[in-house]
Amino acid sequence: MQNHLLSALTFVPVLGMFAILFIPRDKSYVIKVVAAVTTGIQLWLAVQMYIAFDTTTSAMQFVEHYAWIPAFNIEYFMGIDGLSAPMVLLTALLSFICIFASWNIEKAVKGYFALFLLLDAGMMGVFVSIDFFLFYIFWEVVLLPMYFLIGIWGGPRREYASIKFFLYTLFGSVLILLAMLALYFYNDPHTFNMLTLMETTYDYNFQKWVFLALFIGFAIKVPIFPFHTWLPDAHVEAPTAVSVILAGVLLKMGIYGILRINFPVLPDATLWFAVPLGVLGVINIIYGALCALAQTDLKKLVAYSSISHMGFCLLGMAALTSAGMNGAVLQMFNHGTISAMLFLLVGVIYDRAHIRDVNGFGGLAVRMPIYGGMVALAFFAGLGLPGFSGFISEALTLIGGFGAEHSSSTFRWLTGLAVMGIVLNAAYFLWAYQKIFLGKLNEKWAGLSEINGRELFTIVPLAIITIILGFYPMPILGMMSETMNGIIEMVKSGAITALQ
Amino acid sequence: MNTIILYSLILLFLPLAAFAINILVGKRLPRKGDWVSLSAILISFSFALSMFAYMLFIRYDPDFSVEWRWLWIDLGDFVIELGILVDNLTIMMLLVVTLVSSLIHIYSISYMKDDPRYNRYFAYLSLFSFSMLIIVLSNNLFGLYIGWELVGISSYLLIGFWFEKDSASDAGKKAFITNRVGDFGFFIGVLLFFTAVGSFNYGDIIAGVDAGAMSDGLFTAAGIALFMGAVGKSAQVPLHIWLPDAMEGPTPVSALIHAATMVAAGVYMVGRIYPLFSPGALLFIAYVGAITAFVTATIAVVRKDIKRVLAYSTVSQLGFMILALGVGGYVSGLWHLTTHAFFKALLFLGAGSVIHAAHTNDMFRMGGFKKKMPVTFWTFLIATLAISGVPGFSGFFSKDAILASALEFSFAHPGHIMLFILPLIAAGLTAFYMFRALFLTFYGEPQDKEIYSHIHESPGSMTIPMVILATITILITFDQWRGFEYLPLVGEYAGWFQHLIHEPAAIFTGAAAMAESVVGHGASEETAHTIAMWLSIFVAGVGILLAYLFYLKKSLSAEKVSKSLSSIYTLLRNKYYFDEFYGATVIRGVLGLSKASAKFDDTVIDGAVNGTATITIWLSKASRWFDDHIVDGAVNGTATVTTFFGTRLRRLQTGTVENYVSFLVVGILVFFIFQAIF
Repeated sequence: MQNHLLSALTFVPVLGMFAILFIPRDKSYVIKVVAAVTTGIQLWLAVQMYIAFDTTTSAMQFVEHYAWIPAFNIEYFMGIDGLSAPMVLLTALLSFICIFASWNIEKAVKGYFALFLLLDAGMMGVFVSIDFFLFYIFWEVVLLPMYFLIGIWGGPRREYASIKFFLYTLFGSVLILLAMLALYFYNDPHTFNMLTLMETTYDYNFQKWVFLALFIGFAIKVPIFPFHTWLPDAHVEAPTAVSVILAGVLLKMGIYGILRINFPVLPDATLWFAVPLGVLGVINIIYGALCALAQTDLKKLVAYSSISHMGFCLLGMAALTSAGMNGAVLQMFNHGTISAMLFLLVGVIYDRAHIRDVNGFGGLAVRMPIYGGMVALAFFAGLGLPGFSGFISEALTLIGGFGAEHSSSTFRWLTGLAVMGIVLNAAYFLWAYQKIFLGKLNEKWAGLSEINGRELFTIVPLAIITIILGFYPMPILGMMSETMNGIIEMVKSGAITALQ
Repeated sequence: MNTIILYSLILLFLPLAAFAINILVGKRLPRKGDWVSLSAILISFSFALSMFAYMLFIRYDPDFSVEWRWLWIDLGDFVIELGILVDNLTIMMLLVVTLVSSLIHIYSISYMKDDPRYNRYFAYLSLFSFSMLIIVLSNNLFGLYIGWELVGISSYLLIGFWFEKDSASDAGKKAFITNRVGDFGFFIGVLLFFTAVGSFNYGDIIAGVDAGAMSDGLFTAAGIALFMGAVGKSAQVPLHIWLPDAMEGPTPVSALIHAATMVAAGVYMVGRIYPLFSPGALLFIAYVGAITAFVTATIAVVRKDIKRVLAYSTVSQLGFMILALGVGGYVSGLWHLTTHAFFKALLFLGAGSVIHAAHTNDMFRMGGFKKKMPVTFWTFLIATLAISGVPGFSGFFSKDAILASALEFSFAHPGHIMLFILPLIAAGLTAFYMFRALFLTFYGEPQDKEIYSHIHESPGSMTIPMVILATITILITFDQWRGFEYLPLVGEYAGWFQHLIHEPAAIFTGAAAMAESVVGHGASEETAHTIAMWLSIFVAGVGILLAYLFYLKKSLSAEKVSKSLSSIYTLLRNKYYFDEFYGATVIRGVLGLSKASAKFDDTVIDGAVNGTATITIWLSKASRWFDDHIVDGAVNGTATVTTFFGTRLRRLQTGTVENYVSFLVVGILVFFIFQAIF
């Protein structure tokens, strides 16, 4: 049985993009409505997917499988499982929300929304592709619109930031391309089909090299220390909605790639690299938090907090335990919603005050109680408070990390350090909150207006999701557990076969 | 579902519902929604009261226990169950929490009247009640940790409630972060137990460890790690620094959270999972408690701010409870937790009443308030008598029991005699500083005529909770009075607390052996009780007498003493420089590290990235130069050479046959010459 849900999810934004290209430039309202309707349809499709999704299997669902370029055995092969389904949901949700967060864009509206929809299509494509070649094409498709969105609609240093982003990720792409070709030629008959790639047993040294190439390529996207410095610059310069997409979806593509390709395809190398991965995770957590603590630019602070939060994913994955792996993917989803809230909220204040310096404010909670409340909520979610989704995923990754069966004592110490990151997270969020919202009102900002309805419309749904999943995470965890346990199984059993 | 469990769930979630309503729409409700929170907590209280009545009058069963488990997270190989455990200890604590909380809600209606964020205040109170009830009801460490953190955030919100004041927002932040430091250990402890046993459930863990899931060393370490959470939450040395600052919050909040309930959570936690502490861990716990009791009592002696006196007193009393649990005085520790909750809440409400009237916290600007605030005075007096350990009042019985436990322990382990000496001195200091506060505030001449002229007794909604608490303070240990057991109807309830709350069986042979060595001295138990009682009466008497001589009769001068002991006085005034020490070490260290990291990031890592870019650009410039000059030079050079020869050679192309023939002849000649030579 084949239906075309995944193609629809991926190409509806492309249709929307073409529609926008045919709308006259001065009809900016129509352009925005078309973009909203397009992403709305996509979100509706994603919800349909969620409803129809079978949580009892780790097999690929909604599969579409066609020959595409038979000469090179390249296929149009799409499908989703418990790893990709939450990401599909997240992408559709954030794309829809970001259209409304972009409502204020005035410069070259047509180009902005057209590129945005192209970006949306690319991200969706990455998450639904099972053919590595197809995956790679979408991976590259994401790059270009992002470059223009930062480079044209960004802040004062937008050119530096966008070129840095572009070249850095392109460098990663090249490594991924090389690894992909290596895998392609290793198999006979040559194939890009990921499911087939997983079945092959590769030479140990080959695995290591391919693993490293893929890992660096994906690590740049996550970003993993020391490949992370493009992120703060990109975030600071990017317009709000683009930051949301960047933190909410793009970073997830890196970890998704590692989990989708590195882990199941290269099980021996995965075990070989588990401890370094855990170490990098803890560095991300602690180092990201320490850097965040030193920032005065609120957006930069949130950017570094993203680095810290992604560290939990790495630690959980590296442990190769059920709690850790599921926690890692849940953390991806949760960080998607929470960091989206954070960036949207930073955008709200920047739109009004045109500064983001934490020290430039003071006492805003009196002037903007609803906004202050929303930021408090988002910060509490960010610092991993129970009752919010981030707490559960962080706790799961830590529990998983602590219970690692391989290198268990190393992982215990690593997890112990990671727990310290939780203290630091509290420190910088509370510090920033105090600087901006508490104390005496800085009279300079007495005229600031309260958060408006459109802005609340972009944030409240995310807040609700964060709280619901904070009380009961099974709606997302339930989707993924079969798949994630399957990947652990694949790594462990795959590795054993290879060693024999 | 069991009725008890159903009741527990209702009383747990009502305050959460009240929080949600008040935070979202409280502002638009009549009376700004205070009745929503109040009715939620009152209903919760009535449920708790009916459970208490059931426990006391129907079951009266030391082993009463009901548990409910709920599969919360199911990942196949990995599950987390949440759930509820209700036994006598739970019910006792439920009653304390909901009762004190209800009274504080009522008191707050007047105290917080006219506050611009009135609805938020009540929302936060409800959130706090919910969080605290999670801690009380949870049957597992994960649920406990959830409540633990939520209590932390409600405390943050309430301490910093008047956030326009920098001191208040600083205090809230400090409280939360200090607590998180403790939670760091707590979470590690949770992880250690979970990894060993595979469950968060108390019963499962106890059974698992009993079956030998952990080595002795790991067991002790895990217990101490868990206890770190209690050190944070119950403000034990060295993490006690947040509690005195927390007094920046509204006074009813101090009474509820920072005296009666939240800070007791650490003690409750230790009591709840008592078997998880090995003898080594318990000894550690005992020392932390004893040191805390003593150190903070000495600090309280020199405070000028009435709320700070009470704050340090709270820390000190919590130290007593922790000590009791550490030395095996399980029941006495939890008993003191219960009695203390009421009289300390009362003291804070009394202080709040005074502050509300006088608009100052400084005791040295008060004096003589007795006449104008009679209800406040009498209730404050009762609480002071109780906390000072005057015979007949609740604090006397429970504190005496703790000292007796400590003395018993010292009999069995003479090396640890300080575990008795330190709290004994602390008990004397308690009587001294409490009577000092009483005398300075309510007796003598008014120190500030201006303040005295406008003070007045607080309204009924504030005094009624105080009267209720004073009544409970007296009645709660009524059963201990001589002859109670001969009373009709109620006589059989003499010693009801000790009947219902009993020490859980130790799971560890070592622990059992230690308990044996303490309990085993049947004769010494009697002796210890008698000695401890007389000594505690004696030190309390001395403390009260000194306070009388210094602050009422003034035959001794506090100033002279402080001058003659100036170094000690300075040390105490500065609270042993704990804050300064942390400021210079931990905080400076972390901030320095954070600055260094950011700098490293900017210069080294980003420097490497930009350096790569620079090198790439330089290389590309170099290759451009190479391209321009060498490669293209070669190409152009070839062209130049070709052109050069071309133009020269063109001249040969004259078009005249004679020239060509002569070239031909010359060429042939040259050819033959070459031929001839080579």
